[in-house]
Amino acid sequence: MTQPSAEAGTTATDERPIRVLIAKPGLDGHDRGAKVVARALRDAGMEVVYTGIRQTPQMIAEAALQEDVQVIGLSILSGAHLGLFPRIVEELKERSVDDVLLFAGGIIPADDVDEVQAMGFKGVFGPGTDTRDIIEFVREHAPRRA
Amino acid sequence: MSAHLHSRPDRGSPLASKSKHEWLTTTHKKATDRFAERREQFESSSGAPLDPVYGPEDLAEWNYHDKLGYPGEYPFTRGVQPTMYRGRLWTMRQYAGFADAAESNKRYKFLLEQGQTGLSVAFDLPTQIGFDSDADEAIGEVGKVGVAISSLADMETLTDGIPLEQITTSMTINATAPILLAFYVAAAKKQNADLTKIGGTIQNDILKEYIARGTYIFPPRPSLRLVTDTFAWCKDNLPAWNTISISGYHMREAGCTAAQELAFTFANAIEYVDAAIDVGLEFDEFAPRLAFFWACHSNFLEEVAKFRASRRVWARIATERYGSTNPRSQMLRFHTQTGGATLTAQQPLNNLIRTTLQAMSAVLGGTQSLHTNSYDEALALPTEEAVELALRTQQVIGYESGAADVIDPLAGSYYIEALTDRVEEETMAYIDRIQDLGGALTGIEGGFQQREIQESAYRLQRQAETKDRVVVGVNDFITEELEPPQIMRVDPAVERRRADDLGALRARRDQAAVDKSLTAIRAAANGTENMMPLLIDAVEEYVTVGEICAVLRDEWGEYQEVMTL
Repeated sequence: MTQPSAEAGTTATDERPIRVLIAKPGLDGHDRGAKVVARALRDAGMEVVYTGIRQTPQMIAEAALQEDVQVIGLSILSGAHLGLFPRIVEELKERSVDDVLLFAGGIIPADDVDEVQAMGFKGVFGPGTDTRDIIEFVREHAPRRA
Repeated sequence: MSAHLHSRPDRGSPLASKSKHEWLTTTHKKATDRFAERREQFESSSGAPLDPVYGPEDLAEWNYHDKLGYPGEYPFTRGVQPTMYRGRLWTMRQYAGFADAAESNKRYKFLLEQGQTGLSVAFDLPTQIGFDSDADEAIGEVGKVGVAISSLADMETLTDGIPLEQITTSMTINATAPILLAFYVAAAKKQNADLTKIGGTIQNDILKEYIARGTYIFPPRPSLRLVTDTFAWCKDNLPAWNTISISGYHMREAGCTAAQELAFTFANAIEYVDAAIDVGLEFDEFAPRLAFFWACHSNFLEEVAKFRASRRVWARIATERYGSTNPRSQMLRFHTQTGGATLTAQQPLNNLIRTTLQAMSAVLGGTQSLHTNSYDEALALPTEEAVELALRTQQVIGYESGAADVIDPLAGSYYIEALTDRVEEETMAYIDRIQDLGGALTGIEGGFQQREIQESAYRLQRQAETKDRVVVGVNDFITEELEPPQIMRVDPAVERRRADDLGALRARRDQAAVDKSLTAIRAAANGTENMMPLLIDAVEEYVTVGEICAVLRDEWGEYQEVMTL
């Protein structure tokens, strides 16, 4: 796991930088999107922790807890989202990581978006998304920390 | 030609010689002074500037026989066979596989009935990463991106009714390639097939998994040993089998440029070849069975140049680096797949056009086999209708366009030749850079290739966001989204069913024989003997891929991703 860079700036509202975990659950190795998003959020001044690929639900929840993030973005392209996302939400609950903004990206069919949102993922970003839309989304919805 | 063209008044002197520089500073400049060009600079995918036009001066030093030669002859720039598509069209090979073996077997038979000429098996992630369908790690992934194959029983079902002596099969399998090859060989033996007639390919390219695709299991050293074991075993037992498909595809998909795609792939090839030579194999004995796999992205002419350059680069590596005297070792044979990353979820029908152009590049570039993506693949696995259209695209190109009737028809174009030379130069320079770092593996361990790809992917994203690069339907020419097309879904009951089947299989096997073969594999893991015969013995006892990998994980440990972000 990589650590957030030291020179991370501040958010638009001049609070301390938003802390984000970008994670790749399951066995899917397609990490292009996750890395591009992680980089874009970091360039926007956020502190981003990227987990790397093949993370189990436990590993992701544990990383979210340890890194004290406000935002978790999950990327999955293998079609395993309906199997894995609920388990991740469950693991987060078990660790009382509840004040976090969840979003998802990758190949998530339109028909699944409602279900994914019902699990608590406020944003679902598919192929062709402009990273500026994700940055704006995170800034708008990330829970504030003192 | 009509007469009036000949009778046009002579303006200026068409016969007077004018240099490109003169033209640029006179006629061209006059025009651009009045109206700026669409962009300040036009560039190749790797950022090299493109001239407005190419002419004889760009090929001043160029020698036909040194650069091109004839088809089927060194340096094979024009193609590896003397007849190319006049003899036989490329193999139309659609990558397919989903759910379980029975479902996929049906899809293969459908594709063969539609005129497809070879099989290409997609495995699900658990199979690729060495987990059985009933493993904890497999939850949610079974049968999703490919077919779930855990044991020989599944392979028997997968190939049921398909004559393995007559159909060649390409298997996209890497970390577990020797095990899946063992399944295939055992299934062929059950069909009473003559192993010398069994043709096909295992991808078996583990190095690019560390760089881009991510389905590695073991650390590099034991992984490379498995690769060289397959080289050695196939040379003596499965002579028509392509033992590896050294792949640029996935690195390109992850974001790299055309020249990086070639360079990273050849650097990996050098690593494999050196490893094989280290264990005592002769280059000219195993090199004829090496195959390559390129992507085809949307820059139509640059991609044609890339394919042509790739053949020349490999011919030179084979002769100059390895002293090859066997022309078959010097011929770069390759499979092509159109660019999955170029497909858009927006206006998905546009993908049909993208794929058609990319497929045409691959044909003009002389590919040996081709997979055309389906237009709905940015949304989900393709539907049967979409797969059929993708196959039809190849058939229209092959049978109607005339592109397959003359070999290497773009040769001699000033631009194509200049571009072919440039891709070759950029590739060679990059290969040298990687060799200076200590070779592909050292590069990977330090994250060099990964970082280069990441940079390039980020640059492409930025270019799309600033509209420096137009993606039709995504950042320009946007329309109201229509109803999304019908997508393919894998039946979620597959996972449960697979677990039940595996339970039943485990109950009916000869457990003593299973234990014995796993003990033999464990012992061999720490020695140097060829693993292939032991793997075949094991799978014939219905030992599963997960059981074999558990033993090897135990002995060899697992690879840890190099973090580059």
